[in-house]
Amino acid sequence: MAITRSKPKMGIKERYASMTRDLGWETSYQPMDKVFPYDKFEGIKIHDWDAWVDPFRLTMDAYWKYQSEKERKLYAVIDSFAQNNGQMGITDARYLNAIKLFITGVSPLEYAAHRGFAFAGRHFRGVGMRVASQMQSIDELRHAQTQLHAMSHYNKFFGGMHSSHLMYDRVWYLSVPKSYFDDAMTAGPFEFLTAISFSFEYVLTNLLFVPFMSGAAHNGDMATVTFGFSAQSDESRHMTLGIEIIKFMLEQDEANLPIVQRWIDKWFWRGYRLLALVSMMMDYMLPKRVMSWREAWEIYFEEAGTALFEDLSRYGLKMPKYYEVANWEKDHLSHQVWSTFYNYAGATAFHTWMPNDNEMEWLRDKYPDSFEKHYQPRFEHFIKEQKKGNRFFNNTLPMLCQTCQIPFIFTEPGDPTTTCFRETHYKGNRYNFCSDGCKDIFEQEPEKYIQAWLPVYQIYQGNCGGKEIEDVLRWYNFNLGEDNGEYLDSPDYDLWTQWKESQSRAV
Amino acid sequence: MSVNSIGDYSFDSRDKLENFHGAMLVFIQWEQHLVYCAPFAFPLPPDMLLGDVMKNIVLPAYAYHPDSEKATLEDFEKGQWLLDNKPLQADFTKSLAENGVKHQSILRVTIPGLDGLVGQGSAA
Repeated sequence: MAITRSKPKMGIKERYASMTRDLGWETSYQPMDKVFPYDKFEGIKIHDWDAWVDPFRLTMDAYWKYQSEKERKLYAVIDSFAQNNGQMGITDARYLNAIKLFITGVSPLEYAAHRGFAFAGRHFRGVGMRVASQMQSIDELRHAQTQLHAMSHYNKFFGGMHSSHLMYDRVWYLSVPKSYFDDAMTAGPFEFLTAISFSFEYVLTNLLFVPFMSGAAHNGDMATVTFGFSAQSDESRHMTLGIEIIKFMLEQDEANLPIVQRWIDKWFWRGYRLLALVSMMMDYMLPKRVMSWREAWEIYFEEAGTALFEDLSRYGLKMPKYYEVANWEKDHLSHQVWSTFYNYAGATAFHTWMPNDNEMEWLRDKYPDSFEKHYQPRFEHFIKEQKKGNRFFNNTLPMLCQTCQIPFIFTEPGDPTTTCFRETHYKGNRYNFCSDGCKDIFEQEPEKYIQAWLPVYQIYQGNCGGKEIEDVLRWYNFNLGEDNGEYLDSPDYDLWTQWKESQSRAV
Repeated sequence: MSVNSIGDYSFDSRDKLENFHGAMLVFIQWEQHLVYCAPFAFPLPPDMLLGDVMKNIVLPAYAYHPDSEKATLEDFEKGQWLLDNKPLQADFTKSLAENGVKHQSILRVTIPGLDGLVGQGSAA
């Protein structure tokens, strides 16, 4: 009888090689440049694609195994969260407005990232980079899905969460994240990875995920916390892809340096402007605060970012342009942004409110150089009028920045009392910008930004459902009087108050 | 610099004047009154009188600010004006176009003595 021996298992190195690098080949029926038409036009020179170091040496078989284990754990928690009425355990219903912002402004970005990495995963001729991008593409799709599932439980009870994708395409403040990502997706694959993998996921991501996930934990939102844990190991893989792509481009050819530096300058500023939404979430929307925006900026950008760019200086890279402006703005950003959303509460799918006495004290304490002098008088006026039944709703439409699409709410660096205006002319037309950073980005590629779909101007051109603001808000698919307006006048507040009263009666 | 692209890359401005049905985009701000978080954007006919713009559109828009009760139309006309960052002698009896206002222009006005909720430098 013949003894059959099973083939010995492959070692990690061998398996990695056969499941990634060996999947690619030099094409012969068609020239490589025709098979991979998009990895040269950006001007990045690559001499040896195999020099790319794979961040995690993860192969598809292991990937599926890890991910399915995480899915099983996550969905068990999500189920038990729903069965045990987890929505009752959060600190306060105000918290959910951060979740509304997340599901309309961040989850659609995860989906967009899925599409962007699918493109990169097809179009790099280096097979190691393709495989890493493909895995990230699947991660991002998973993140979009698990976020929608984890947060969908709240949608049964609270407003503003019923139409996230349509809102992402239409709503004025969501054009800020949408235009950011569309800008990245319409670039070539190298700029896309510089924008998303490096500038966002490596340099700035802690300013998004730490506040959201710690914020969820501090405020009793176990559904979001569990999602956060489930995404964490993916995120570390994504961050590593970000740093490796930068090193790879810079090591391959010194002519790549000015291109990479220009991209980092651009995507630092675009990412920073996007994070304006996070700043107000941290300082105003979390009933139980984690840390202030100013503290987070100091830890995650001023300290960690400076150390990172010191490390990268051996390649000739410099700190991103205008980082000093962002450092200066840390004392003002969240207050200016919250004030804006308080102004336009009639036109948002989440609620705003004024801070209570304790929260005002916290703000004075965290912002000793700015809050009491510049923002407290404004907020006290809002409170005084609101108590008289005259809650402020700004019924005009604001001027928008041509690049970041944020209303002109930012002030001159060094002068928090004067609005900052910059402008340029291109082919006989005038364009306006909120900052030097946004102006520079436009001037590098004017043809790209003259097409910008700026929500306010689109309303005036008649492309957003009608002439009246109410028509526009219906076109946004808002449930008027439920999703928008003051928190204290909202169905969310009424429902939460009823729950808390019935709980205390039961006790 | 132009866009690095895989083919021809040339587009019209999405906000060109012709798209606004006879109006032009004008941005107006009463400086230092940051209770209103940003300058207003209005689509306005170029032949509309600046005085009418102020009286019928801008002043009502600022009604929530306590300073609006203290400022008359004449105060605004005598205020310090900036049109696209250059000083402007505003004439309320003339049209926007005659005052030099163009598509995407920015008008900023300051009335000395009316500096927001708590005086100069607080910007509220």
